[in-house]
Amino acid sequence: MSVLSKIKEQGILVSDGAWGTFIHKKGLKSDECPESWNLTRPDDIYDVARSYVDAGADMILTNSFGGSPFKLAPYGLADKTYEVNKAAAEISRRAAGKDVLVLGSVGPTGKILMMGEVSEEEMMQGFAEQIRGLADGGADAILMETMSDPDEARVAIRAAKSVTDIEVMCTFTFSLTPAGEYRTMMGTSPAETVELLKNEGVQVIGANCGNGTAGMIEIVKEIRSVDKDIPVLVHANAGLPILKDGESVFPESPDEMSVQVADLVRAGANIVGGCCGTTPEHISCIAREVRRK
Amino acid sequence: MSMQKEELIKQLSLCIEKGKADRATPTPPEMKDQVGAVEITAQLLEMEVSPEEILNDALIAGMKRIGDLYGQGKAFVPHLLLSARAMNAAITLLKPFFEAGAVERKGTFIIGTVKGDLHDIGKNLVKAIVEGSGWQVIDLGTDVSTDGFLKAIEEHPEAHVGLSALLTTTMVNMEEIVKAIRVNYPDKRILIGGAPVTQEYCDRIGADFFTLFPQEAAEYLNSLI
Repeated sequence: MSVLSKIKEQGILVSDGAWGTFIHKKGLKSDECPESWNLTRPDDIYDVARSYVDAGADMILTNSFGGSPFKLAPYGLADKTYEVNKAAAEISRRAAGKDVLVLGSVGPTGKILMMGEVSEEEMMQGFAEQIRGLADGGADAILMETMSDPDEARVAIRAAKSVTDIEVMCTFTFSLTPAGEYRTMMGTSPAETVELLKNEGVQVIGANCGNGTAGMIEIVKEIRSVDKDIPVLVHANAGLPILKDGESVFPESPDEMSVQVADLVRAGANIVGGCCGTTPEHISCIAREVRRK
Repeated sequence: MSMQKEELIKQLSLCIEKGKADRATPTPPEMKDQVGAVEITAQLLEMEVSPEEILNDALIAGMKRIGDLYGQGKAFVPHLLLSARAMNAAITLLKPFFEAGAVERKGTFIIGTVKGDLHDIGKNLVKAIVEGSGWQVIDLGTDVSTDGFLKAIEEHPEAHVGLSALLTTTMVNMEEIVKAIRVNYPDKRILIGGAPVTQEYCDRIGADFFTLFPQEAAEYLNSLI
């Protein structure tokens, strides 16, 4: 099933929550590659995936955010890009079953094209290899997330389209500037991403990370001011991090987050999930809120 | 002559702010096909303008303007990186004078992303602005251990130190590094920064200065002179 047809059928959809923090809780060390666990500790990754299915998500991601060869290289895993990503999709597929969608997660490379740190062709090949693994592992769609550079997003989208026919979704990360506007760190506004992504033929756009739900409502409003129709996905953080007992924590409880969901949907979001600091309980509360209407 | 010199200094400063490294640099569009930082620096040196004047009145001034704009949310990462590239291109021409001792740097700053963390964009921005503010910067790269920082301080005992982290999970490694530096070098000034870092965290682990804006880091360092 495709994401677009599921939206048509069910209306507002629920996505999943944070993976990284969850995997750290299971014992991942700060110098360890999270994606390596797809090969070495698949059962723990399955647990994360399954917990979001059980929480009521209509779609779950894959443990492949840092699965590009550029991110895997420092861990000596670049030549395993295909295997790591295929395993990521297979694990989520197994947890999702038939009714829940699997979105193959693709994060930024950390390399800046305009500075010549990597060529467009190299970047394209790297993304293509990752996405081939995700598609072969059974992903229903590819989700490029946490993007900030329009050039990189364009390359990633074209790479996806060169290796698979499944849907392509892309979300950017915005933060509020001291000038009071939402921008990616490269300076791109939410409205500007709409034009770019539509031109590249992306099926779902949106925003993830960088903001709690309140900020996301403003971002969705800006997106909707330039396009009324394109489906919008939002993965908000559980608020903005604060320091508690020496640890950085995301302060919004599942209830605090879910009471804002109605406003987010009213602003125009079609798919609501979570990013940093969100847990299966957050997703379960969001699902309850979304399905109440 | 002096009028021309002032014009050139002003133009060079603008080239740094706008990231116009040389004639071939395609950006910004309004400066296309014009001379850039490299050509103007060469011309000023030929006119025997002092390298110190070029550095302070043109290069540092230009970097400060782009750093301020970044802090105000009116310029973004690509702008800073382009300015840094233009600055570095111009600095290359001044290097012989630095080495001959004709130009004094303000001091030395050691910077690195803490262990477990491979993100370097934020660190590179701070490096660019601090370097652009007239400091020598020792860049330790990413995933830098406590020993890595201590070894660099040993080699540059007069240097101040900057720690960067992007992730909440790696930010915690700052604490161990700050404490180890404090034990060995109680008076060392330590700056920390990165997306998850807060003033509260800075106070708690005993670092000296926290900022999310590269220009503020440069100004703090300048205030220590």
